[in-house]
Amino acid sequence: MIRIAGLRKSYGSTLIVDDVSLTLPAGGITAIIGPNGAGKSTLLGMISRLLPMDAGTVTVDGLDVTRTPSDVLAKRLAVLRQDNHIAARLTVRDLVAFGRYPHAKGRPTIADENKINEAIAFLDLGALEHRFLDELSGGQRQRAFVAMVLAQDTDYVLLDEPLNNLDLKHAARMMQLLRRAARELGKTIVIVLHDINFASVYADHIVCMQAGRVAHQGQPETIITPEVLSLVYQLPVRVELIDGQRISIYYQEDRTP
Amino acid sequence: MTSLRPRQVLLGLAGLALFSMVLFMVWNAKGAWDFVLPFRGRKLWGLLLCAWAIAVSTVLFQTVTGNRILTPAIMGFDALYQMVQTLFVFAFGGFAYLTLPAELRFLGNAVVMVGLSTLLFRWLFGRHGGSLHLLVLVGIVFGVLLRSLAGLMQRLINPNDFVVLQDAMFASFGAIAPTLLLISTIVLGLASLVILPLLPQLDVLLLGRTPAIGLGVNHKRTVSLVLGVVAVMVSVSTALVGPVLFFGLLAANLAYLIMPTHRHAAVLPAAALLAVIGLVAGQAVLEHGFGFDTALSIIIEFAGGLVFLILLLRGGNR
Ligand SMILES: Nc1ncnc2c1ncn2[C@@H]1O[C@H](COP(=O)(O)OP(=O)(O)OP(=O)(O)O)[C@@H](O)[C@H]1O
Ligand SMILES: [Mg+2]
Repeated sequence: MIRIAGLRKSYGSTLIVDDVSLTLPAGGITAIIGPNGAGKSTLLGMISRLLPMDAGTVTVDGLDVTRTPSDVLAKRLAVLRQDNHIAARLTVRDLVAFGRYPHAKGRPTIADENKINEAIAFLDLGALEHRFLDELSGGQRQRAFVAMVLAQDTDYVLLDEPLNNLDLKHAARMMQLLRRAARELGKTIVIVLHDINFASVYADHIVCMQAGRVAHQGQPETIITPEVLSLVYQLPVRVELIDGQRISIYYQEDRTP
Repeated sequence: MTSLRPRQVLLGLAGLALFSMVLFMVWNAKGAWDFVLPFRGRKLWGLLLCAWAIAVSTVLFQTVTGNRILTPAIMGFDALYQMVQTLFVFAFGGFAYLTLPAELRFLGNAVVMVGLSTLLFRWLFGRHGGSLHLLVLVGIVFGVLLRSLAGLMQRLINPNDFVVLQDAMFASFGAIAPTLLLISTIVLGLASLVILPLLPQLDVLLLGRTPAIGLGVNHKRTVSLVLGVVAVMVSVSTALVGPVLFFGLLAANLAYLIMPTHRHAAVLPAAALLAVIGLVAGQAVLEHGFGFDTALSIIIEFAGGLVFLILLLRGGNR
């Protein structure tokens, strides 16, 4: 379980994350949605101790993230940031292998190699594993970074817009993969999404952020509604029930006469 | 198969390095061997120490700062050295500088340089939360400041002292006193031992600051430790032979180019071996082949400077 209490962050005089308190249940997928600049990445950065916080506490399974040694936390929690670029020239396999560092500390065992192979196969990177990262397409590179995070094989996985640049097939496959990891392996997945339909279909819990605060949270049925979404995104959103799934439609202005 | 290739490259480099050492020891060796060999051996040992210190410190520095163009020397270390020398000559005169025992001068230089650079790192890390770009920028500005100060003092001292100073300012790979060699060997050995357990962390640091923290590396501690080692290594090599500006850049970038892996366990020895080959073979050819004595530093700085320019022009900050 991730407990967030009184979390606050400002840059200069602007409050970016404003007194956020949240409890994210263990197991399952929690989606964080909200408009650009709402503070989603900043929140995720503080939860994963990559960004210092101004006030508040975050505990993961009871471990205070600012006090727990970083290497202990790295075995419990893996994080993918929104922007990733690397100065060094690495192959896909090199990158994914770094995911095992918290466990192997530079001396990968057979078990570590297996995890690396698994992650590479899961993200459909087998044919690309010896290619350099700067020779990949945007979506291929994104998959390599996700593979690294999955290779870390932690109970908590925090992903900031992992579907960036992915085509339909790979986006759907990644969400299915995450759901399987949550259902079958009991992992806790926290994922920032812009595609609210993926959030609606796959998430067990949705947190909706707006201007640095949690505007709404709850089960998808309570968040994926025309009222909530139209207000949060300042855009008319229609929600239709298709095959029992709540699908939002917002691509055009409403053309019903 | 993939783990065999780096080893083969390293073996090849080690062979070449060995060959340059033999060349240096025996080429044109006239006269009694029991005089020539110890004499040349001491010179060789000095070259090896410098090659190790310069190459390793450059790779380490570039890894923790996440760039492949800047080196500790470019960041103002040479200016610090010039400043210390100038200050000494300015305060005590050229005669005192020349008559001071070499060991004392060496130790004084090394201690002052390590002290000052550690102070600089501390101050920057404490205040600005470890922004390395800022650190490098301040280093460059600091370098300009020190250079101008040294220049001012050099105008104020008398011409005889100035000649003494000029001699100390340029790198020379001549014979070094045995006690200096011993002290430097011990210091460099200890500094290298500090790095050994950090090799896997250094690999992770290639990913950048936040990913490294995400993978559990204690970023601040590791980077301060590595920068401390860099300060020690650069200070020792500078105190031994004087400032060498671009040579580390040359060795490090050649190593990145030819090593088929990013691992520091392979890249560090490769850079060191390349530096050995460059220094030792270069010195053998120039000194024993052509009979020049001090031209090597000019040539390697020229080649290194060229690489620096090419890297800058390619716009590759990676
Ligand atoms: N380093 C920084 N310095 C100043 N302001 C920042 C910094 N990082 C983020 N911000 C500001 O904080 C706010 C929240 O940023 P954040 O990245 O958390 O948004 P987000 O919800 O992830 O948005 P997006 O959907 O675009 O990724 C933005 O207004 C941004 O301009
Ligand atoms: Mg974001």
